Amino acid sequence: MTQPLLTVDRLAVEFDTDEGVVRAVDDLSFSVAPGETLGIVGESGCGKSVTALSIMRLLPQPMGSIAGGSISFQGQNLAGLSIEQMQKIRGASIGMVFQEPMTALNPVKPIGKQLIESLLLHTDMDVPQAIRRAIEMLDHVGIPSPDIRMGEYPHQLSGGMRQRVVIAMALICSPALLIADEPTTALDVTIQAQILELIKKLQAEMDMAVILITHDLGVIAETCDTVAVMYAGRMAESGTVFDIFDRPEHPYTQGLLDSIPRLDLPGKQRLNTIRGMVPGLLDLPPGCRFENRCPHRVARCATDVPGIETVSGLHKVSCFNRQPQAAGDERAGR
Amino acid sequence: MSGASAEKLLEIRDLKMHFPVREGILLRAAKFNKAVDGVSLDIAPGETLGLVGESGCGKSTLGRCIVNLYRPMSGDIFFEGQEISRLKNRDVLPYRQNIQMIFQDPMESLNGRQTIGDILEEPLVIHKIGNSTSRKQRVRELLDIVGMPARSVSRFPFEFSGGQRQRIGIARAIALNPKLLVCDEPVSALDVSIQSQILNLLVDLQKEFNLSYLFIAHDLAVVKHISDRIAIMYLGRIVETGDSETIHLNSRHPYTRSLLSAIPVPDPHNKKQRIVLEGDVPSPIDPPQGCLFHPRCSFRQDRCKSQSPSLRMRNEAPSHQFACHFDLEFSKQA
Repeated sequence: MTQPLLTVDRLAVEFDTDEGVVRAVDDLSFSVAPGETLGIVGESGCGKSVTALSIMRLLPQPMGSIAGGSISFQGQNLAGLSIEQMQKIRGASIGMVFQEPMTALNPVKPIGKQLIESLLLHTDMDVPQAIRRAIEMLDHVGIPSPDIRMGEYPHQLSGGMRQRVVIAMALICSPALLIADEPTTALDVTIQAQILELIKKLQAEMDMAVILITHDLGVIAETCDTVAVMYAGRMAESGTVFDIFDRPEHPYTQGLLDSIPRLDLPGKQRLNTIRGMVPGLLDLPPGCRFENRCPHRVARCATDVPGIETVSGLHKVSCFNRQPQAAGDERAGR
Repeated sequence: MSGASAEKLLEIRDLKMHFPVREGILLRAAKFNKAVDGVSLDIAPGETLGLVGESGCGKSTLGRCIVNLYRPMSGDIFFEGQEISRLKNRDVLPYRQNIQMIFQDPMESLNGRQTIGDILEEPLVIHKIGNSTSRKQRVRELLDIVGMPARSVSRFPFEFSGGQRQRIGIARAIALNPKLLVCDEPVSALDVSIQSQILNLLVDLQKEFNLSYLFIAHDLAVVKHISDRIAIMYLGRIVETGDSETIHLNSRHPYTRSLLSAIPVPDPHNKKQRIVLEGDVPSPIDPPQGCLFHPRCSFRQDRCKSQSPSLRMRNEAPSHQFACHFDLEFSKQA
């Protein structure tokens, strides 16, 4: 196996709130190989965005902090870097795309100015060179007449176009890793399809690793090589995309997959649901965090925290009462 | 006005809702945003009609015209054979009782300063139903129907999660025993596991109270799950309607096809060929000439640029209508 590009090991992230210290991410480990796409999937509040912000060292200050674990990227532990050292990495070797392109762009600066900023900061290009490179990049992400667009402001572009600009900005220094946090959630389906195709195309051309954070299992199935399913700040299950969709063993993963309405199933039937709701981060149960909603819980789930067990290869599950699928029960092909 | 058939609960005829776009110093309405531009639809008792389209296609405006929040520019809305869109304010009240609405964001549609008990009692007070005791009784009954504990009455909306708030929104909508519910993106703000709980609740309520739904959403998989029939809207017009299964397997309009193919499928084995649409949705202020879809359509021919196709029936299936000059047979999806 190739050397991983990014390895997150036992990461813990804490927030200091008025009501006490909240552990938003706990004991989280995963790695991404060069050129690979890792999907992080989970519901709101599961810690997937906090994980991305921790890697970028962009946790809200002073409340948020990395309380334990390491994030090693190209031989450096990002968790221990100074602000200046981190600035050399952000935008240069790790790019990031956010959910809402309007808030990621500066509304009072032409997009060209915003695009060349990171080139001037991270490379020794002069302004004319940077402008040429920015026009090239806009053309590359499919923006028509890029030289004219360089002088326009974000509000003059449509939502899909803006997200293309944000992607161009994240990729302009050819980073080794792109972190995309819900990059298509604010977009319409037909535009979502365009943006996902674009990310896939650029990834192949630039041999870049991608961490795609989303709540949409459909997006995960279509774009990712490996998947991490998070629940209430912890890893529930991880593995290849086929492990997760064909052979899930964690009751939460199974519940999630069963609760999506699908086009190919007859309508108006009751969907399987996961009863109840996610516990608040301030009053987490002492044992497994899924215990109160789990249909397969056993006595020790309420008291002990399950460790992470390897099923086979990359497939790992954190559960005391794993639910292997019966042979021949091809979930994805139902 | 005659011609409205009695067996239809709701019948919409050639409805138009144009919003003036005011410009210049004198704020003259030089242009119009043609949000709804000649829509005809009907809903039978106990039926769910799904209305799908991308942002800005006019689907919410149409919903708001039906519940009388907007007064349409022209066209008719018949409810049980009676025209309701031009009624005087005091005559509207009885129809409000029969047509209720569920909104996307339950935090914005519930008054944060009212207790849940007051929120649920308010429609009964406005419509002068029962006395204080019987109304309190009805509130408890409503909470039970939507699966909320009776002690919720004295609590405030902020104390509940998104899914619970949506249940409260649904309880308020059914308080007056309406016949038709207009659901505007009722599950798109919710997490997957909560979304399936709400969809199940809507299906159960429909069976129990013989409700009709107009289910407005952008997610075709969700709409197909809950609807008997589906209407696809593009730039203020209906481009295709038919049974859910017909739309899924046999749709004739290229836009419907591309919407279907744009949905990410939660199955990593499914590597379908995707029709990726070019460009963005044009502005409804300045819609294209001829067929509204032709700038993005890969099947366009010369006549599409000048002639606007009207909805026509498919010979083999009269309930299936589509607005395209051609009868394109698409190969069925795997």
